[in-house]
Amino acid sequence: MKRLLIFGLLSLFLLPLGAQTINVTDVPWDDGKALDFHWDFPKQPDSLWLCLQDAQANNTRIEIPLSKAGTQRIGELSPGETYSFLLKAYWGDERERFAAIASPKAAWFYLHKWLFLLLLLVICGAILGYIFAAKQGKDFFIRRINGLDSMEEAIGRATEKGKPILYVPGIGDLDDIETIASLTILSHLAQRCAEYNTDLIVPCRFSMVLSASREVVREAYQKAGRLDAYKQENIFYLTDDQFGYVAGIDGIMLREEPAANFFLGSFYAESLILAETGFSTGAIQTAGTAQAHQLPFFVVSCDYTLIGEDLFAASAYLSRDPQQLGSLKGHDFGKLLVILLILIGVILEIAGITWLKDLITGALA
Amino acid sequence: MKRNTPLIFAFIVGMLVILAEFIPHRPFGELTSTLENWFMIISGFAILLGQISLIRVNSHIIYHKESNWQYHLAGMISFFLMLIFGILWGMQESIGLLGHGERISQAIGMKPFDYLFEYAYMPLSSTVFSLLAFFIASAAYRAFIIRGFESNLLMITAVIVIIGRSSFGSMLTASLPEAYRFWHIPRLADFLMEYPNTAAQRAILISAGLGIVGSSLRIILGIERSYLGGDK
Repeated sequence: MKRLLIFGLLSLFLLPLGAQTINVTDVPWDDGKALDFHWDFPKQPDSLWLCLQDAQANNTRIEIPLSKAGTQRIGELSPGETYSFLLKAYWGDERERFAAIASPKAAWFYLHKWLFLLLLLVICGAILGYIFAAKQGKDFFIRRINGLDSMEEAIGRATEKGKPILYVPGIGDLDDIETIASLTILSHLAQRCAEYNTDLIVPCRFSMVLSASREVVREAYQKAGRLDAYKQENIFYLTDDQFGYVAGIDGIMLREEPAANFFLGSFYAESLILAETGFSTGAIQTAGTAQAHQLPFFVVSCDYTLIGEDLFAASAYLSRDPQQLGSLKGHDFGKLLVILLILIGVILEIAGITWLKDLITGALA
Repeated sequence: MKRNTPLIFAFIVGMLVILAEFIPHRPFGELTSTLENWFMIISGFAILLGQISLIRVNSHIIYHKESNWQYHLAGMISFFLMLIFGILWGMQESIGLLGHGERISQAIGMKPFDYLFEYAYMPLSSTVFSLLAFFIASAAYRAFIIRGFESNLLMITAVIVIIGRSSFGSMLTASLPEAYRFWHIPRLADFLMEYPNTAAQRAILISAGLGIVGSSLRIILGIERSYLGGDK
């Protein structure tokens, strides 16, 4: 505190000298973790030395380019904390010291994200608009998703063969939206399995997914009026380890030989190992993920694949609830908007106008 | 009430996270990381559920000597071995109930838990991962079988990329004159990966992003409830 006081007094003494030379300003519309340090000398210095002192009197040397004038952004600061700057400039034997005090402030809005917010509001508005339209009774056409239509076929085949169905909700935890989307599909599948009295095996990688899956399947069986057929032991935890989990599922596929395998959720390097093992057992396979790099593997090895958006549309599609189907139309509006923006952006870029790109990347904020 | 409470929580938390994306000021700035920490804490407690499930399922199979019960026994022995070694002598820098186990560490070069991790778990994990190479070969073979126009296109593209990524590809078209540089196989492969491949991947990512927005909105507004187990 004493050092800070000395630093402050020194800066008060030196500020009039360097008032025109150095200046520290808060970065506007940010999270309050950065300051801009500006300097402008009448002539080119031979050497520059900048030191930053925080409220706890910790000194940090900051590298700045050697130039007559410039601006250096200093990040990773604490919002609201007072920072003192001491700049030493050398011109041969001549030396001058300049000091300044500044405090970064957190803003109430990230200005560079305004277009992002606008797009979000437009897309959400469109989705809500379509949901309300559906609520009023408007009928929307939704394209067929073969991967989801195949669910009946898979369950039918499993019932005929008296074999179980394997459902893998991905390797993501419950904080992954793909896992949530997968659980919504699991709910529909479990209900159909309950109706057909077909066993459903759900190995889980995370305990949170395990408890959520158990709840989802139990409720689905209850909804189908077959709570007596619900087998809690069929929904179990395997391991948190990625390849241990894969090895466990491969073992289940080879031993139990499920008639149908569903791989829906978040998948990474294990996708092909799972899908190829399932293929070797002759099961009907349906996969779906939003991980673009894993999709080719699923397309090759599985009978049906839900590509990206299909996974998130699945619950709405399967439920046939008009409100949920309305939201799918909102997705289509979003896609149209993005396509238009891409087309306009490409044309403007070809014409040498970078305004739209700068606007979207936040450079104009 | 049982159904409404999670829905209310989902709505409040969902809205707060959206706001935190655009408001850097306190308390919104740190809200996302705080919520992530809460999730980690809840996950920590939930780990116990997983272990209980693991022991229950396996012990049931072993006790009733169901088919392949030996594998489950091996799994259980491995589980308890790691657990006991970890509790008794700790792992890496952490201390166990019996200290660091210097004597054992001197004899085998490291702590028993670390020894098993390094020399049993890691090779097994790598073995499963290495299966990928063989599965890629078998999947690629099936994908490249010419059945129609699309598979023909896929096969030609794949061959260009495979050859283009090898030194053989550079050698094949090295003698092409400068005017035909575009047809140099590694350049063709780069072109395919950089433009058509990236374009398709971005299209999938954009549509998935929109799907996430729609899905999240349905969950936040309580229209989508099946992840809670039912609609009503």
